[in-house]
Amino acid sequence: MTALEFTLVVWVISALAGFLGALTGLGGGVVVVPVLTLALGVDIKYAIGASLVSVIATSSGAAAAYVREGFSNIRIGMLLEIATTIGAVIGAYLAGVTSTHVIAIVFGVVLIQAAYQSVFKAAPEGARPIESDRLGRFFRLGSDYPLEGHRQNYGVRNVPAGFGLMFGAGALSGLLGIGSGAVKVIAMDQAMKIPFKVSTTTSNFMIGVTAAASAGVYLNRGYIDPAVAMPVMLGVLSGAVLGTRVLVRARVKTLRLVFGFVILALAIEMVINGAMGRI
Amino acid sequence: MDDQRLETIIGELLRAGVLLAAAVVLAGGVLYLVGDHSRHVDYKVFVPGPEPLRTLPGIVKLAASLNAEGLIQFGLVLLIATPVARVILALAGFQLERDRMYVVVSLIVLAVLVFSLMRAT
Repeated sequence: MTALEFTLVVWVISALAGFLGALTGLGGGVVVVPVLTLALGVDIKYAIGASLVSVIATSSGAAAAYVREGFSNIRIGMLLEIATTIGAVIGAYLAGVTSTHVIAIVFGVVLIQAAYQSVFKAAPEGARPIESDRLGRFFRLGSDYPLEGHRQNYGVRNVPAGFGLMFGAGALSGLLGIGSGAVKVIAMDQAMKIPFKVSTTTSNFMIGVTAAASAGVYLNRGYIDPAVAMPVMLGVLSGAVLGTRVLVRARVKTLRLVFGFVILALAIEMVINGAMGRI
Repeated sequence: MDDQRLETIIGELLRAGVLLAAAVVLAGGVLYLVGDHSRHVDYKVFVPGPEPLRTLPGIVKLAASLNAEGLIQFGLVLLIATPVARVILALAGFQLERDRMYVVVSLIVLAVLVFSLMRAT
């Protein structure tokens, strides 16, 4: 494959990944890594480096649009980033001593369960708590978001559980070079009972900060190769801009379905790759 | 200044940073393809690239001399800097709001980021 062909193919794949990443709060990396390694035979280290870049591009590139719509919650994001960044640092340390394919299999199994819950056991939007619990009030996490033409108040519950899950999300990010937006959305949507759109947009806002915590290490190890990362970053950015526009118009039920199937596909990829020792 | 206004400013700043980073990466990418478009590429085996492309001073030096790969890496470094800037701006915003609790929260996040980025260099 010539450099021009490689650049064009990777750009198209990355544009798709960026679209799905912005739509679901997953980040583009989860699609980029398997496709680059399985379809193009790119070494996982280059794929992981490009993935980390795509994660930051998705997060920062789409943030302005989300903020304008009034979905993301900066206090929830900042408080939980304590957990994700510390987790990312520890994950980067653990990467040296743990076999990553074992972790990939465990992660895949956890995600299959999450995909199932996301598609079949979704709580309707109306069932979301209006009042925060004690810790939610202490950290002033409750806010409001636009819903059917008015501002809908929401409360935040189970902060310690969410914090713990976020620590795990950060560790996985540092370990595997992904944004682990899936775990972040689960922590906010399912554990902390935050409305789904607020969860996905706040997750999107958070994954860039988490990824930045391991980007320096990746750059220094040579995982971020300019010829691979260039088309990935530019492609993901184009896709993310489009994905953001769709999110604002999309219905929550459709989003949950898309989200469920994307993480199911991701889970299967993780398990197969882990079992075959490719991750 | 309320939260919504603060978030809007931060969001716009992030987007400007990303557009700047993308422009630099694109410029480097065009230079790279002009020079190397018909070269056969293979990324099947991982080999760490040349040292200057993996350290901040090396990247800045190469980018200043309009080296294609140096420019791409410099754009990516700008991209990596956007989330760090987001935390710094949020910190400044919470300070303006005199929200002590979230000033401390932002400082903790910033400290972890600086610690991990320093470790990498």
